[in-house]
Amino acid sequence: MSEAVAHHDDLHDHKPTGIGRWLFSTNHKDIGTMYLVFALIMFFVGGAMAMIIRAELFQPGLQYVDPLFFNSMTTMHALIMIFGAVMPAGVGLANWLIPMMIGAPDMALPRMNNMSFWILPFAFAMLLSTLFMSGGAPNGGWTMYPPLVTQLNDAFPFLIFTVHFLGISSIMGAINIIATVFNMRAPGMSFMKLPLFVWTWIITAFLLIASLPVLAGAVTMLLTDKYFGTSFFDAAGGGDPVMFQHIFWFFGHPEVYILILPAFGIVSQIIPTFARKPLFGYESMVYATASIAFLSFFVWAHHMFTVGMPLAGELFFMYATMSIAVPTGVKIFNWVATMWKGSMTFETPMLFAIAFVMLFSIGGFTGLMMAITPVDFQYHDTYFIVAHFHYVLVPGAVFALFAAIYYWLPKWTGHMYDEKLGKLHFWLSVISVNVLFFPQHFIGLAGMPRRIPDYNMQFAEWNMISSLGGFVFGLSQLLFVWVVIKCIRGGEKASDQVWEGAHGLEWTLSSPPPFHSFTTPPRVTDAVAHS
Amino acid sequence: MRPVNKTTGKLALLAVAMFGFGYLLVPIYNVFCDITGLNGKTGEINIADVDPMAVDRHRTVTVEFDTNLRELPWEFVVEERKVSVHPGEIGEAVFRVRNTSDRDVIGRAIPSVAPTQASVYFDKTECFCFEEQSLRAGEEKEMVVRFVVNTELPLRFASLVLSYTFFEVPDNKTVNRNEAGFQIKNKS
Repeated sequence: MSEAVAHHDDLHDHKPTGIGRWLFSTNHKDIGTMYLVFALIMFFVGGAMAMIIRAELFQPGLQYVDPLFFNSMTTMHALIMIFGAVMPAGVGLANWLIPMMIGAPDMALPRMNNMSFWILPFAFAMLLSTLFMSGGAPNGGWTMYPPLVTQLNDAFPFLIFTVHFLGISSIMGAINIIATVFNMRAPGMSFMKLPLFVWTWIITAFLLIASLPVLAGAVTMLLTDKYFGTSFFDAAGGGDPVMFQHIFWFFGHPEVYILILPAFGIVSQIIPTFARKPLFGYESMVYATASIAFLSFFVWAHHMFTVGMPLAGELFFMYATMSIAVPTGVKIFNWVATMWKGSMTFETPMLFAIAFVMLFSIGGFTGLMMAITPVDFQYHDTYFIVAHFHYVLVPGAVFALFAAIYYWLPKWTGHMYDEKLGKLHFWLSVISVNVLFFPQHFIGLAGMPRRIPDYNMQFAEWNMISSLGGFVFGLSQLLFVWVVIKCIRGGEKASDQVWEGAHGLEWTLSSPPPFHSFTTPPRVTDAVAHS
Repeated sequence: MRPVNKTTGKLALLAVAMFGFGYLLVPIYNVFCDITGLNGKTGEINIADVDPMAVDRHRTVTVEFDTNLRELPWEFVVEERKVSVHPGEIGEAVFRVRNTSDRDVIGRAIPSVAPTQASVYFDKTECFCFEEQSLRAGEEKEMVVRFVVNTELPLRFASLVLSYTFFEVPDNKTVNRNEAGFQIKNKS
């Protein structure tokens, strides 16, 4: 960039340069970019761990790693993918898009925004450092059940404080998002005109603020149990380890909606664009999302049907869980109805969005199966549950994130991505992800337990197929990185609207958008309100 | 106050309140378990409140006893493995512990009744589990449990199991750990 151009930029945008631009950034786009890059790095770190798991499970018997390390891998894979990849990617998208979608210049609390991002690299440095400690990284499962987790050596306090840091970061991010949407909407942008992505993020942010402090409390109790002589979960002192499961899942169930609600929002933006029809049932989408979030606080014990609850409890949690299928069904119905008789085209974001609707539904249905208490006793802690939550998280949440990147990347960079490579990435991913996870339903029903590095011969074939799918899926994601890099470096110039059917304030900005999104509030007309 | 700060303050307050709620779940859970017997913990009853006229002589319930030790260098046995009682009648069991190590050990017994749904109908008038038990090296002790099976016990329960596990009291816990971080039993 020449001196003259740099100076020109300075005048309009006051954009700091060098490393300081990123370290001290208070700009929603830069912070959003950092969140997304961080999430991508963590996606590959967690993915590498998944590759180790699948390599070990390629054949029965112990091959490459010792069982304790294998258990570290399953535990760390979960923690990194949940807190390091999917959640930061969602917050990154929120940072990039919410100010642009509601007609604001930036987030409401830019300094806190900077802090909530920069906590993450340190938190994960702490967590990853446990891999090199005596006794190894956490290996009792990401759910941190006592008394197993308190038997960890040096890794224990690192695990606990990592969770604290991640919680603080997410809560600050959530407060920022709500403060932005509640106070910085452009004139005329009423709540019922907000794009669905913004709506799902408001609701997600409330879930974060309500549920993460409970997790922080639970891990603090673990910490004091181990080092300060309390007995919350220690049976020897009159505590009850099952109580941890109740408190953990009181956080844990809302947490799964924290992962998936932003994905619902993304898909609700993309499908109308490529079906060239407004979203079917906008209001019902908002209410359905809110009811899912509300109900998520009353279903936690379906994660622990086998601990020995009274019949009344099991029945209550069974029916409460099943009732969540109603608002979720409303959403699926609305997406399908939006596509119905639309003039559909199938660009990469749309392909990922359609795959999301179909494959997330499969994950949803297996979830319903497990909500049935008596049969859950068979599914509990088998590969069936592994197949279930990977179906809702990988071709669910992660596909929606891919869709979002393909959809908004031309807006962010000003260049179109390579459509051919994007489609190749989609087809490789969608086929391999099914080869990877679908067989896990079968081996789970046949009784293969999760989190164990060895297995009976009868599960050999499906495990091998699953591992092959896993390797292809892992490698395909390198293609994604290449598409993104290629698009950032250059490509066909993208128009302001980018997609023919795109509506909403962010598409009225230039591509790439100015450093501060809307310095003067835009006029919100019905045409740009929501698609 | 700027409206943004107002929103932020309210939300921060909500986060702090939810942290407190996490801790509040502990007493809520305990009260809930007291009422439902969810975690297998038993009820307590004052011996003066036991009404000898209320004994249901038409019914007999078998109570079995189970003794466990967790990382404690003790012996822990019960005199009779099972007794039959009528609901409402005071039953009795005699347990014996012996410290087989050469050090003084303080232990605490945690009771549990199976099936858990029946635990609310099992009331103890006297139990060694109410307090810590301290045994000198080589010392032996006899401990008595007196209990009443509530007459309201649903008919589907014909037998109950009362299980005790003795734990070493956390303060003087001297647990060794191996390289991998797993606890190994004290060899004493």
